Amino acid sequence: MSKDIILRRTARELRPNTLVNLGIGLPTGVANYVRPESGIFFQSENGLVGLGPRAVAGFENRALTDAGGGFATAVPGAMSIDSNLSFGLIRGGHVDTTVLGGLQVDEAGHLANWIVPGKMVPGMGGAMDLVACANRVIVAMQHTARGAFKIVPKCTLPLTADRRVTLIITEMAVIEPTEAGLILRERAPGVSIEQIREATEAVLIVDGEVAEMNLAA
Amino acid sequence: MKNPITAEEAVALIPDGASIMIGGFLGCGTPLRLIEALIAAGRKKLTIITNDTGRPNEGVGRLIHEDRVSHVIASHIGTNSETQQKMLDGTMRVDLVPQGTLAEQIRAAGYGLGGVLTKTGLGTLVAEAGEVVTLGGEQWLYEPPLKADFALIYADVADQVGNLTYRFTAHNFNPAMALAGATVIAEAREIVPVGSIAPDAVKTPGIVVHHLIAKA
Repeated sequence: MSKDIILRRTARELRPNTLVNLGIGLPTGVANYVRPESGIFFQSENGLVGLGPRAVAGFENRALTDAGGGFATAVPGAMSIDSNLSFGLIRGGHVDTTVLGGLQVDEAGHLANWIVPGKMVPGMGGAMDLVACANRVIVAMQHTARGAFKIVPKCTLPLTADRRVTLIITEMAVIEPTEAGLILRERAPGVSIEQIREATEAVLIVDGEVAEMNLAA
Repeated sequence: MKNPITAEEAVALIPDGASIMIGGFLGCGTPLRLIEALIAAGRKKLTIITNDTGRPNEGVGRLIHEDRVSHVIASHIGTNSETQQKMLDGTMRVDLVPQGTLAEQIRAAGYGLGGVLTKTGLGTLVAEAGEVVTLGGEQWLYEPPLKADFALIYADVADQVGNLTYRFTAHNFNPAMALAGATVIAEAREIVPVGSIAPDAVKTPGIVVHHLIAKA
């Protein structure tokens, strides 16, 4: 259920009546926890404002896909756009929040999520544009990768942008990168500050009460 | 009015070693008939400018699988293990470019602009390979225009003068590429009589389309 915690908590960060971009993979699932009446429009950077759920089998349209290439749907009020307008929305700061996965995040709030040199070279796709230009960047990811630290003093992998991300949300904690460093804001139900520190290589600052995550829909 | 030509006739115009923009996003809005014709005609050593390279042996990935490409400029190759392997082996040059930068570099070429200034890529490997400029005390990354010898476009509907429309998420890079190729070749799902497409619906004016592929 660790994934469920990340998705629920992240969904609470999205602001009503804004444009939101969800990365492929885990972040895509955040949409399942957002109420339709929130007025949130999801952008699919391949060319849609108003991305809906996956297409029902039998009703797929080969010209309507999401950024992962899956058959998608559009919500009422949607607009299909070309790549230039799509990235104009991103670069122009019209995307309020982007939610992305991460390979590493460090004490400066820098994110690395697009390449493991010599091993995995997927490329940055739209990630560099989103992280550099969206109003708010939320990194939604598992706290560790099979025991390896992901929240580290300094990223060893190439950065996605030199911008400080807004928030890190994992199945264990909510962490806010600030000028002073990484501040531990919330812990998941039943998880202690000590357990979070053990799973984190970076220094975590405890500044006042570390509340339990609110996971209400 | 355009003279319809076959995909085979169209690719006969393209020499080995040509630079080619190919529209599409993971195969959506990709001119598949033109890709197959390039392979059938034995074209090789191509430079391909495209968002991704599709999937192994699918879409643009067909050209990669058949070893027809010596240089790829793309934003994401994570869905095509063959492209990644050739990049890691060093058997094919791959330049990875942020997606918004790629779109704007292509648009800049087609719009006659000297390039774009962007925040995307600052402080990353992209900036190390590029040129950071300071204007009014603010840092920007300069990205030059990107053009090609050919642009291969996939449209939804074309009319007989070559006006093009695009459907849903199959727009992607097609409209920008249609202005950035020295020779523009369009493949459409359907070709209709002139006047059937409302002027407001036309996204690429037929006057920039050099060749329209006849229906399959």
